[in-house]
Amino acid sequence: MSLVESILTQAASALAPLLDVRNIEVIYDGAILAVADVSLSVVPGEIVALLGANGAGKSTTLKAISGLVVADRALVSRGEVHFRGENVTGIAPNLLAARGIVHVLEGRHVFGHLTVEENLRAGAFLRRPSRHEIERDLEEIYAYFPRLKTKRKTQAGLTSGGEQQMLAIGRALLTRPELVLLDEPSMGLAPLIVEEIFAIVSELNRSKGTSFLVAEQNIALSLRHARRGYVLDSGRVAIEASAEDLLGRDDLQEIYLGVATAP
Amino acid sequence: MNLFLETFIGGLLAGTMYSLVAIGFVLIYKASGVFNFAQGSILLFSGLTFVTLLEKGVPFAGALAITIVILVVGAVVIERTVLRPLANRSPMTLFMATLGLSYVVEGTAQGLMGAQVHALDLGIEDVPVFIGDVMISQFDLVAALTAVLLAAVLALLFNRTRIGVSLRAVADDTRAALSIGINLNRIWQIVWAVAGITGLVAGMLWGARQGIQFSLSLVVLKALPVLIIGGFTSIGGAIVGGLIVGAAETLAETYIGRFVGGGITPWFPYFLAIAFLYIRPAGLFGERALERV
Repeated sequence: MSLVESILTQAASALAPLLDVRNIEVIYDGAILAVADVSLSVVPGEIVALLGANGAGKSTTLKAISGLVVADRALVSRGEVHFRGENVTGIAPNLLAARGIVHVLEGRHVFGHLTVEENLRAGAFLRRPSRHEIERDLEEIYAYFPRLKTKRKTQAGLTSGGEQQMLAIGRALLTRPELVLLDEPSMGLAPLIVEEIFAIVSELNRSKGTSFLVAEQNIALSLRHARRGYVLDSGRVAIEASAEDLLGRDDLQEIYLGVATAP
Repeated sequence: MNLFLETFIGGLLAGTMYSLVAIGFVLIYKASGVFNFAQGSILLFSGLTFVTLLEKGVPFAGALAITIVILVVGAVVIERTVLRPLANRSPMTLFMATLGLSYVVEGTAQGLMGAQVHALDLGIEDVPVFIGDVMISQFDLVAALTAVLLAAVLALLFNRTRIGVSLRAVADDTRAALSIGINLNRIWQIVWAVAGITGLVAGMLWGARQGIQFSLSLVVLKALPVLIIGGFTSIGGAIVGGLIVGAAETLAETYIGRFVGGGITPWFPYFLAIAFLYIRPAGLFGERALERV
């Protein structure tokens, strides 16, 4: 093998995708087509934005990756999801969480009657940590989300929307994921809080190397933090480009509104 | 006044017997949002298994241990064959499944162990004891203490252990629980096993009082008003609901009964439940959606 070739293989393995979604099709209730043909990838340490209008198939794509489609009586009827080189299509969500994919659902879904701290603890159960470990992990999360520490004994359902979003992310991080699927983190939150959440996501990505696949309606904000982006339209990938390229395009709004189709 | 106190306290104590039955429902309702119609059959099944083992000469502790093992195995089998295939279906589908399950469990119990009435002696004498000048039944007292103890153990389990926190997490949001790796199937197995053991305790006490027989499975019907009053999602509510139903039905029988020709105990709890549905549909301690305003 020549030197050039070996360098190329090395480069390729470094860029081997953590997540590789190949031409998936998702059908609800055996009849409703939500995702027609989506392929995307996330390499280790990347933040990738998944953009698109309401109903474009962002949430369904994330659920297909995390396995949670099953809970909505949907099925990945075609295509495959590969994680770290293994085919993980159709594996139960709780088992995928153990393998390193965690899904932060749209609308936060905190355990409302549990305290903030119990919510976080529940995230760590998967790893069966010792008491000591769990305390250390909690402190680490509190360092990223100081607001949560002040509310640790409050019932999660009584905290603010922003706090719940932080809690949902913190809880997910306690599973020690390699890939976080973040669905619509800005939903219903004040712009300042959204900025704060995205800043923390970027920080987590830099310091822990955790990869994020973020489904967002807020194009500008998510692209400022992401490296690449995919734009979904009617269950298909319409555009795939780097964040700068996407930010530079002026036809994104039109694709969102269904006026223009991607070239 | 003395009559009132005696009736009232006697009713409260008898009510804890209803609480014991209701707790089994609450556990399963919390974890899976299903009213488990089979809980009564499970009560009958566990009581019948226990008494049959005793009659075969197995010592008390051994019979108890074997029955618990059978209940745990039963919970796993039910989860695999009934709950898992029906996961993500509507609560009504699951309810119908538990309705079917109740016949299967009942049939199995009576098919294997016969349908005759068994007397069960737990060694608690039903003699009156006096507290001041108020006479109460010793058996009722033991039953009440058992109910309180059971509730305390369950409260510890729920609030202090990882399984308990996971269970409450599943009760709050099944999808989110799955997303962070909580094994739903395992949780269901545990809940059904715990509900089964609660049923065993209730079955033993009810059985000691009225004999272990088919009618034991009908205490389900008595648990319904208790749940409506106390709320379907709270163990504390099940206790309080039982107390209210117990006290109300004995007081009503004593004070109102003679004006309407007696025999109002069977229907009075339902009357009360309907009144509660008007005033407080979620029950006294039922969870309304927790929302920040």
